[in-house]
Amino acid sequence: MSTPRRAKGRAGARAPRRNPANRPASPLAGLAQGLAAGTIRVVDLTATLSPEFPHISLPPEFGQAWPFRIEEVSHYDERGPAWYWNNFSCGEHTGTHFDAPVHWVSGKDLPHNAVDTIPPERFIGPACVVDCSPEAARDPDFLLTKRFLLEWEKRHGRIPARAWVLMRTDWSKRSDDPAAYQNYDETGQHTPGPDTDAVRFLVEERDILGFGTESIGTDAGQAVHLRPPYPCHYFMHGAGRYGLQCLTRLDRLPPTGAVVIAAPLKIRNGSGSPLRVLALVPGAKPRENLR
Amino acid sequence: MSAPLQRPKRKNPILRTRLPTAPPAARSRMAHGLTAGAARGELELQVCRDCGATQYPPREACHACLSDRLAWRAQDGRGELVSETTLHLSYELFFRERVPWRLGMVRLDAGPIVIAHLHGDCAPPPARVKVRACLDKSGEAALFAVPEKETPNMADDRQLREMTCDPKFRKVLVTDGKTALGQALVRALVAAGADLVWVGHAEPWKKFAGFDELAALPQVTLVPLDVTDSRNVREVAAEIGGRVDILVNNAEHHRAHGIGDRQGVETARAEMDVNYFGLLRLAQEFGPAMRARGADGQSSAVAWVNLLSIYALTNFPPHGTFSASKAAAHSLAQCLRAEMRGSGIRVVNLYPGPIDDEWNQLLLPPKLAPAALAQAVVKALQSGVEDVYPGDVAQEWLARWRDNPKALEREVSS
Repeated sequence: MSTPRRAKGRAGARAPRRNPANRPASPLAGLAQGLAAGTIRVVDLTATLSPEFPHISLPPEFGQAWPFRIEEVSHYDERGPAWYWNNFSCGEHTGTHFDAPVHWVSGKDLPHNAVDTIPPERFIGPACVVDCSPEAARDPDFLLTKRFLLEWEKRHGRIPARAWVLMRTDWSKRSDDPAAYQNYDETGQHTPGPDTDAVRFLVEERDILGFGTESIGTDAGQAVHLRPPYPCHYFMHGAGRYGLQCLTRLDRLPPTGAVVIAAPLKIRNGSGSPLRVLALVPGAKPRENLR
Repeated sequence: MSAPLQRPKRKNPILRTRLPTAPPAARSRMAHGLTAGAARGELELQVCRDCGATQYPPREACHACLSDRLAWRAQDGRGELVSETTLHLSYELFFRERVPWRLGMVRLDAGPIVIAHLHGDCAPPPARVKVRACLDKSGEAALFAVPEKETPNMADDRQLREMTCDPKFRKVLVTDGKTALGQALVRALVAAGADLVWVGHAEPWKKFAGFDELAALPQVTLVPLDVTDSRNVREVAAEIGGRVDILVNNAEHHRAHGIGDRQGVETARAEMDVNYFGLLRLAQEFGPAMRARGADGQSSAVAWVNLLSIYALTNFPPHGTFSASKAAAHSLAQCLRAEMRGSGIRVVNLYPGPIDDEWNQLLLPPKLAPAALAQAVVKALQSGVEDVYPGDVAQEWLARWRDNPKALEREVSS
């Protein structure tokens, strides 16, 4: 029978051992401590799911993704006296959402290419935030180039492997005005995105985890006219990488140093899913508008 | 001449809104033969196939020869007013609130003598008149004698207006202003004297030709309205539902597919979501407020118009899933009509053939021009019918369907 052998006057010896810098014993303990102390902040990069939030619109003869819709089941009433709940419906590519490689024809035969089979460690990675907001404000058709990325690396260092590269355009600030957010004219949608060389550079020379944008689509609004059409979808998913779309609050992230957590719903053979995207950001005070 | 209708004074918000009442609605099954004609704006009477006698009121056998071989035949309604009276006292709530009420006895040229509501412009007897079959506030057939020749402002007669749904000085909601039909409807309703037209538009990022010009009309107010979004419909109804006198639901999703040429159910579901559930959402949210205003003065709530399709009667296989959604909407519109009837709100169903739009591109003419369909809506409201089959294709299908629905089913599938 075990006895409280170590209980006699030795409790002090069992307290966590602290080093002189007061460092916690493990990185996870440090994370928990940082969150509790506020030295690590959590920034929600997710748009609120609502019926009004703009949804992707394809030419009308194509099949269409469902927009987000919600129907009340009961509201403390005769349909359910003590409870309130809703049924909602939406496509896999609605609101802030994740694109899996199987979404695109170029990624259809890859292993682990659907939201249910992607290894879960891929859902967490460091974030490189490339600020294109002045360029996007000047030109809604702005294309992020390889040269632009190399300039960014001169200031912030090399983009590490397995990083999320997030293209900050402040486009999400238009989301209260669906017409401005979609930005259609008679030639289609005009929203910023990467060009073909930039995508190939990120995949082939930097081995990134995925690419994220604030607009609808990881590709630019006019990307059907690029070669190949929709290069970000084509190359990113063709190489087994991921996409994040309709992100918000990228202006709250530093250029480097944040960690993004983006875990989609586990839909069997799902091509994507709406999700909550969180960023862990060091520093007690918000650091905004960093370039 | 009738006194021209004046724009009503603003409502006194201190006074209780009068509740709708309805004229007596009991009819025999035979008498509903009149209702069937009145629903389309036709005066139809029983004509004996054996002796040729025309009779009224409707009954099971010929009053002249006792034959039961009776057929409903359209009449021109012409006749002579032989006597008249003015009702000053009635124990029916509906008429009690509306006396004095002019009635007359008319000898139709076809033979029978009928009692009819009498238009104010009919000269004292003896005078030539024309008897129409109208639908009254109960939705039942009622005979109404008007002058044989059109008089100035004839539609503005106080008694006749109890049978019609004239958009003049009324406030109208058109649920989708983005289609060519929606725009034609708005323009036709404005031209017919509507005071205010709310124009619904979904997906605000999609612009369509003519939309900005439409928005510039002084009578037009745009409202973001997506009939697939329950909360949006509820919010719009909360905002304006208590003011809408006529609701025109033209929101429609149309794709040209049968069963075998389109995989999956997404297109069919989208059609059902707009064409069927859209109507249900609108009816649940706008119906109660409109029912409460069925007797709210001169510009009371008065009509609900549904854009259905002649394909609701029998499925047109090349547009098979669309047809099915319209059949569902047709059935639901019957439910809505039943629920609206007690308040005097008329549910007007439109059953057009193919409209000349992009989804009927591959169909040969004749196709119904949006402006012609919009005119048919205004005419239906002004004349007070509830079933409208506008255009040649709809009329032809209707005739074939009434004659032999099974034959039509075979004919359209070959």
